[in-house]
Amino acid sequence: MNLLRELLFPLIAVVVAFLIGGILILLIGDNPLQAYGLLFGSAFSWPVGVGYTLFYATPLIFTGLAVLVAFRCGLLNIGAEGQLYMAAFATAWVGITFANVSSWLLIPLCFIAAILGGGFWGAIPGVLKARFGSHEVINTIMLNFIAVALLSYFTQYHYKTPGDPIMQTVPIGEAAHIARLGKFIPGLPEFIPLNLAFVLALICCGLVYLFLWRTKWGYELRATGTNPTAAEYGGISVRKQIIVAMTISGALAGMVGVNEVLGYRYRYYDGFSDNYGFTGIAVALLGRNHPVGVIISALLFAILQRGGIPVDAFTEHVTKDIVQVLQGTIILFVAAEAFFRGPFAKFGLLKRSTV
Amino acid sequence: MLELRNITKRFGAVLANDKVSIVVEPGTIHAIVGENGAGKSTAMRIAYGFYKADEGDILVEGQVHNIKAPHDAIALGIGMVHQHFMLVDTMTVAENIVLGAEPGSAIALDLAKASVEIRRLSEEFKLAVNPSAVIEHLSVGQQQRVELMKALYRHARLLILDEPTAVLAPQEVEEFFSILRRMREQGKTVVIITHKLTEVLAISDEVTVMRDGRVVGRLQTRETNAAELARLMVGREVLLRVEKTPAKIGSSKLRVRNLSVTSRAGAKPVQDVTFDVRNGEILGIAGVEGNGQTELMEALAGLLSPSQLSGEIRIEDRDITREGARLRRELGIAHIPEDRHRRGLLLEFDLAENSILGVHYRPPIVAYASTFFDHEAIHKRASEIIEGFDVRPANPDLPARALSGGNQQKLIIGREFKVDPKLLLVSQPTRGVDIGAIEFIHRKLVDLRDSGCAVLLVSAELEEVTSLSDRLLIIHQGRIVGEVDPKVATIEEIGLLMTRGH
Repeated sequence: MNLLRELLFPLIAVVVAFLIGGILILLIGDNPLQAYGLLFGSAFSWPVGVGYTLFYATPLIFTGLAVLVAFRCGLLNIGAEGQLYMAAFATAWVGITFANVSSWLLIPLCFIAAILGGGFWGAIPGVLKARFGSHEVINTIMLNFIAVALLSYFTQYHYKTPGDPIMQTVPIGEAAHIARLGKFIPGLPEFIPLNLAFVLALICCGLVYLFLWRTKWGYELRATGTNPTAAEYGGISVRKQIIVAMTISGALAGMVGVNEVLGYRYRYYDGFSDNYGFTGIAVALLGRNHPVGVIISALLFAILQRGGIPVDAFTEHVTKDIVQVLQGTIILFVAAEAFFRGPFAKFGLLKRSTV
Repeated sequence: MLELRNITKRFGAVLANDKVSIVVEPGTIHAIVGENGAGKSTAMRIAYGFYKADEGDILVEGQVHNIKAPHDAIALGIGMVHQHFMLVDTMTVAENIVLGAEPGSAIALDLAKASVEIRRLSEEFKLAVNPSAVIEHLSVGQQQRVELMKALYRHARLLILDEPTAVLAPQEVEEFFSILRRMREQGKTVVIITHKLTEVLAISDEVTVMRDGRVVGRLQTRETNAAELARLMVGREVLLRVEKTPAKIGSSKLRVRNLSVTSRAGAKPVQDVTFDVRNGEILGIAGVEGNGQTELMEALAGLLSPSQLSGEIRIEDRDITREGARLRRELGIAHIPEDRHRRGLLLEFDLAENSILGVHYRPPIVAYASTFFDHEAIHKRASEIIEGFDVRPANPDLPARALSGGNQQKLIIGREFKVDPKLLLVSQPTRGVDIGAIEFIHRKLVDLRDSGCAVLLVSAELEEVTSLSDRLLIIHQGRIVGEVDPKVATIEEIGLLMTRGH
């Protein structure tokens, strides 16, 4: 019953978005059924479609989790983008610098670099908020710009192969590569970049769930998020929780670096993120700030991303911008729920149950 | 003047009013009493057109009227003052009073005309309100008079007042009652909704008692007494006076020496306070609200930053002035805060999760690797609290938000008692709590005292603090201005210290 209530609104949002998208496609002059057929057909085709959909979902699961953890502590982390860049570069740096170390040591080192890089970049706004009360939204946005600019500089002037026209670092050592899933799954070709980071993303979902709802630390973090003055009364240090939540949030965003650097490009590629950090906000919102919801909504966004390509190519008029329309509408509806819970609540719509 | 005949009102599955019939005679003060949720506000809101009754008739001066909205009620001469005032803070008294009934033409508001009328009414009922004062500069008592004036300005002959004294200090209440008596003299009819029995007896001519959505009694005030009213309200015998044996006082548990608190804005809400709380006694602190009680309790509970404190707080011989809330709890200090929504509860969390706040980090709550929760231990604890303190509904998986105020309070009290406190800090333990539960809470506090715990009690209810306390301190403007023996001190004596400080 409770689960149904939680699922209801996101579901409505998605269905309505597809209806509106359908009308739009019709107005543009194409057949919506054909367009959606192409979209889903491509996203679910085995093995290439499924492989890419899951690959696209991987970073979104990480950033969705990052936003979720901060949100559960009452914080809005707009900085997952900067955090994942810092983490990716740190990962690449370890992979380049210790290229000759054996896999057994190098891969864990790279993981630690990703966690520290993202965690550090997330901890900064956490400390600023805890110490000086400055707002995390402003600070995380600013730190995004700083991260991007800083890393472009390092890429351009210190870590690029001389003469390379592309903004990317030299490759990492082969020992740092993590396996693509094609190696384990029969029928899935290895050129598809879906890699072990996807499995890691699912594990992280489980860990985040256990952490938030089964440990005393998660309890303190959530208590701070729902009522900081009551948390304080219960002997919980609100300042500490803010720093902890932002650090964990940054570290989770940083795991995108593992997917990108160790599993896909094997180097740091400047500006690689397709707004993963920002889409993560929508993923968390649609996923009800719950790890399971994050998996589902990350998959949905990945389907749209993957399915947009053939829609663009094989319809007369519709371009892949339709994907943006769908995403935008979904976000709008999910965000509007706050509104529905507010003034419309008195008409009995979506009223919170009280006994 | 006003008659409700067989009014029935349902909110979903809840039957808020079940064939309610109330007769209010003209020129009287009529009290409607009942516990929270008894349906008294619902009935009066129906009379005022706020809700529509599912069944039944409303008669005004013998005529059946179809009151669909408040303006219908206003046209019939019915006015209502709500518990939460509906005033525009930044506008003047006159502007607020005329709001919705502005004199003059559509383009030119004739405030001068309104002011004359307001002064006349103010004179007639001795309300003493300055029409040009801005609302936010007025005291709560004065704001209430503006609300009364609003109704009078609209020619109300019947005034419905919803819990009018809840926001007033003791001496304001007396003033307010004399205004009501003056209105009655001028021929107005007053309906007062309340759950405070002393007030019913002091002011009303007739009483209607409600319980569970039904009218269970209609009495002449001079023919009844508090015990009878309480029994009708609760449905069983209620002990109104706390019964307790003389305290077996032990050694000092809490020692407060020259404690001062500086607020973040630079004010000094607590100044140079010194007292001891001893094992086995209840030390009461009486005072008009806002005289430093909140800050004092927060300082003792460890909720203020050490930089805001000067002086010394000791538990036995240990100086805890600079220690945080967690360590103080570990030393056996439990705290029932005055504001249960702000401090006491995590409203979105379920009862089980709320029942461990403060002990959530130590065994038996955490079992594995001192990190993971032991689900069974949590549910066991929650069930014990729910059972021991009669929290309803008794379902540990419900969010705290779903409980009524009284049950939320019982949950908090149960949680704090569960830690076997050595010192209990308790503020306003029965605020917004029903009579039946008040009796229960008082009993529990006395039992705790008898078990040897030191209890520090702050309450705005003078009756509560005098009947529970073994010793009573009076606080005024952040200073302790006197100590009295609650067994012999009179209300007047205490009231004088509370308001004047000497």
